[in-house]
Amino acid sequence: MYKLGIDVGGTNTDAVLIDENLQVVASVKQHTTPDIYDGILNSVRAVLDQSGVDRSQIRQAMLGTTQCTNAIVERKNLVPIGILRIGAPASRGIPPMVDWAEDLKAIAVRTAVVGGGFEYDGKELAPFDAEAAAAFFEELKAQNIKSVAISCVFSTVRNDHELAAAELCRRIMGEDVHVSVSSEIGSMGLIERENATILNAALYKVAQSFTEGFARSLADEGVTNAEVYLSQNDGTLMTMEYARRYPILTIACGPTNSIRGACYLSRMKNAVVIDVGGTTTDLGVIQNGFPRESGVAVTIGGVRTNFRMPDVISIGLGGGSIVRQQADGTVTVGPDSVGYQINEKALCFGGDVCTATDIAVRLGMADLGDRERVAHLEESFARKALDTIRSLCEDALDAMKVSSEDVDVILVGGGAIVLPPKLAGARTVTQPECGGVANAIGSAISKVSGTYEQLIDYDKTPRDEALAQARAQAVELAVAAGAIRETVEIIDAEDVPLQYYPGNTARVKIKAAGDLA
Amino acid sequence: MRKIGIPEIEDIALGAALLGAGGGGDPYVGKLVAIGAVQECGPVTLLDPDEVPDDALVVPIAMMGAPTVLCEKAIGGEEYRSLYETVSAFYGKPIYAFMPIEAGGVNSMLPIAAAARLGLPLVDCDGMGRAFPELQMVTFTIGGGSATPMALVDEKGNSCIFRTVTNKWTEELARAVTMACGGSVSVSLYAMDGSFMKQYGVHGIVTRSQRLGSAIRKVKEVTGKTPEETFLEITEGCKLFKGKISDVLREVRAGFNFGKVVLDGIGEYKGRDAYVEFQNENLTAVVDGQILATTPDLICLVDTETFTPVPTDALKYGKRVLVVGLPCFPLWRTPEGLALVGPRYFGVDTDYIPLEERCKGGC
Repeated sequence: MYKLGIDVGGTNTDAVLIDENLQVVASVKQHTTPDIYDGILNSVRAVLDQSGVDRSQIRQAMLGTTQCTNAIVERKNLVPIGILRIGAPASRGIPPMVDWAEDLKAIAVRTAVVGGGFEYDGKELAPFDAEAAAAFFEELKAQNIKSVAISCVFSTVRNDHELAAAELCRRIMGEDVHVSVSSEIGSMGLIERENATILNAALYKVAQSFTEGFARSLADEGVTNAEVYLSQNDGTLMTMEYARRYPILTIACGPTNSIRGACYLSRMKNAVVIDVGGTTTDLGVIQNGFPRESGVAVTIGGVRTNFRMPDVISIGLGGGSIVRQQADGTVTVGPDSVGYQINEKALCFGGDVCTATDIAVRLGMADLGDRERVAHLEESFARKALDTIRSLCEDALDAMKVSSEDVDVILVGGGAIVLPPKLAGARTVTQPECGGVANAIGSAISKVSGTYEQLIDYDKTPRDEALAQARAQAVELAVAAGAIRETVEIIDAEDVPLQYYPGNTARVKIKAAGDLA
Repeated sequence: MRKIGIPEIEDIALGAALLGAGGGGDPYVGKLVAIGAVQECGPVTLLDPDEVPDDALVVPIAMMGAPTVLCEKAIGGEEYRSLYETVSAFYGKPIYAFMPIEAGGVNSMLPIAAAARLGLPLVDCDGMGRAFPELQMVTFTIGGGSATPMALVDEKGNSCIFRTVTNKWTEELARAVTMACGGSVSVSLYAMDGSFMKQYGVHGIVTRSQRLGSAIRKVKEVTGKTPEETFLEITEGCKLFKGKISDVLREVRAGFNFGKVVLDGIGEYKGRDAYVEFQNENLTAVVDGQILATTPDLICLVDTETFTPVPTDALKYGKRVLVVGLPCFPLWRTPEGLALVGPRYFGVDTDYIPLEERCKGGC
């Protein structure tokens, strides 16, 4: 039995094959292609050829992709949508998309704010105006809109109005309409949650095309026996069907995957992960085996959102970063890079651009290309460049720490050769084998999860008992999704008391995750 | 008299984050409320205080309650009309103009929305020239003004107006009403006439916020000077320290955020250390054991690269900040002013000495 992990990045498409003991059997790095399927196909073919395993023995295939991020940033392949917000008379002072860029705003064909929503304690703010919602859906149907975003004031406390609206939407617009519901996507903060929901709605075609494309490229390579999954940004997997409904959850899965892959390869549970790519370096933190989540609003393509994202900082430093001597004697590195053209443009590969990789080769830190081609670089110049790289990295490392104590560092990514072996602020620096494809490994070893959510009256069921039952339910859901029972752990738990709800009611939400069977 | 549109709102919000002196909350939601109102109703007329007749009724607008609730329910839009009607009826004359009560955070933005929705002017004046945590901490208190009659309205259309015997009662009643209405309400307080506003208000504060915001946004475009020099010049700020945050200590007591941020010097401050203590807003800045600035002067932390203000709730280990002091509004430096917002009121055992004297040309 084998697992196939694939990660599509801006520069490279990586693939790894892992056996049932989670040992890496083969790994490859191919260029990402303008049409990502060629890149996926190339890397799948290469990793299969390298390993020589029987294709029918591949039982699971996992894909991590940046397609959604790119679609938003480049405003490509987004579909026209309708936006319904439930919450009047509250919230009308800020119409949906009030501060969005005009070109992105154009995705909304129609917007309505109708009566409904809740107070912070679960009390109804206003009754749900089903009539107004129905009229809105009729208009969307007449305009042949296929995707709808629904948000509601305090739907994180109670989602009844959102669910009622979603049902109404399907009844009027047909079962094939794509409905995105805010309580399933974001957390507290109406505007940020609604923004993420709107983006999710606009991405459904993108999701359809990459899920189908991935399935097709696997089939073309004879991998027909595998369950297929997509990576989410919380380090767990989702099924193709789920990914089609919640494409926004794939955003930023790249950094998550490399953090998780680094964790797996190094066997470390708490560390800072430095992932050096061709153009940028991402720093993230692994806490008890999971990526640390960001506490601040995350902006995607200029839109502010608040859904869970790993706490990652990116700096403009990578293997292809361009090195320059400045007039004042200093040496700068990046932020611009030769990117995927490194094999043609870097000095050591016969090109004419001095890159961070050339500095590493000149100083004997790496053995790549032709050393003779970088011999003309002054050693003092190369040392200055390395100092610049060191300080860029050390500053970023410092920014990720929560205290002045030194931390353990795991160094991964294809460009890791350009970093000096010692960094201030690092207690240890571990450079695991196969670290170059940590992201694809992270994708392949991701866990599968189940989420249980219910309103529970603590007067009827005491809190401890109710939470224990909810945890057990979440575990069952994870197992039903394919997790091995013994490996399932609770990864997220919330209980929010609803003071004005009948009885002593709380909304309980538990997420459990475990390894795939 | 001039107009305020969306570009101006962006700059005012950024400037307000600086004048919040660490507090006042994130103006983001407030900014969206202001933008929403201006998109729907058109730009707002900003009046110089001297353009307001002496007997005109001028009313500050603010929100009360939990910022998290405001982030979920925002503003309905009809609240300001309801406030207008309640207050005008109470005084028996129409409100002439709105104004902000403080220059920092959400409350710097909401009066713009109120003015846009009612088609009334906004006065370029507030009661703090910065942000402060308590209801009575306004220059109007020095002049004998009262927070009540205070009007509270919610987005559902509920409204009330009350008179109280002490500030404590005002806080208590307002809190009860706010909770019953769902955790966040729009309020008007310290209603006053034009002459009182002119005598005790902080003139030109909206314009100052806008100028500061615009300057921060364009700080890197100025040639011939470093961005830091440009920033200090336009803010007329006194550079107190530059450092990396090495520790943040926090504590929540009686609904206020207390804390202390410790800094290790960087650049020309390498090898030196400093700390800033705060209660919602920054209270004191101490460098190498010596106090360099105290409330009511403004102590502001800004990012060393972007010069965007860093509020107390965003302080994080490793962040590099520039600490600057800005002189407060002169009325705060009087004995009456210092009794309200001086260091001793906040439990800091030191006399108030103006920022310029403490730093003695060291700026």
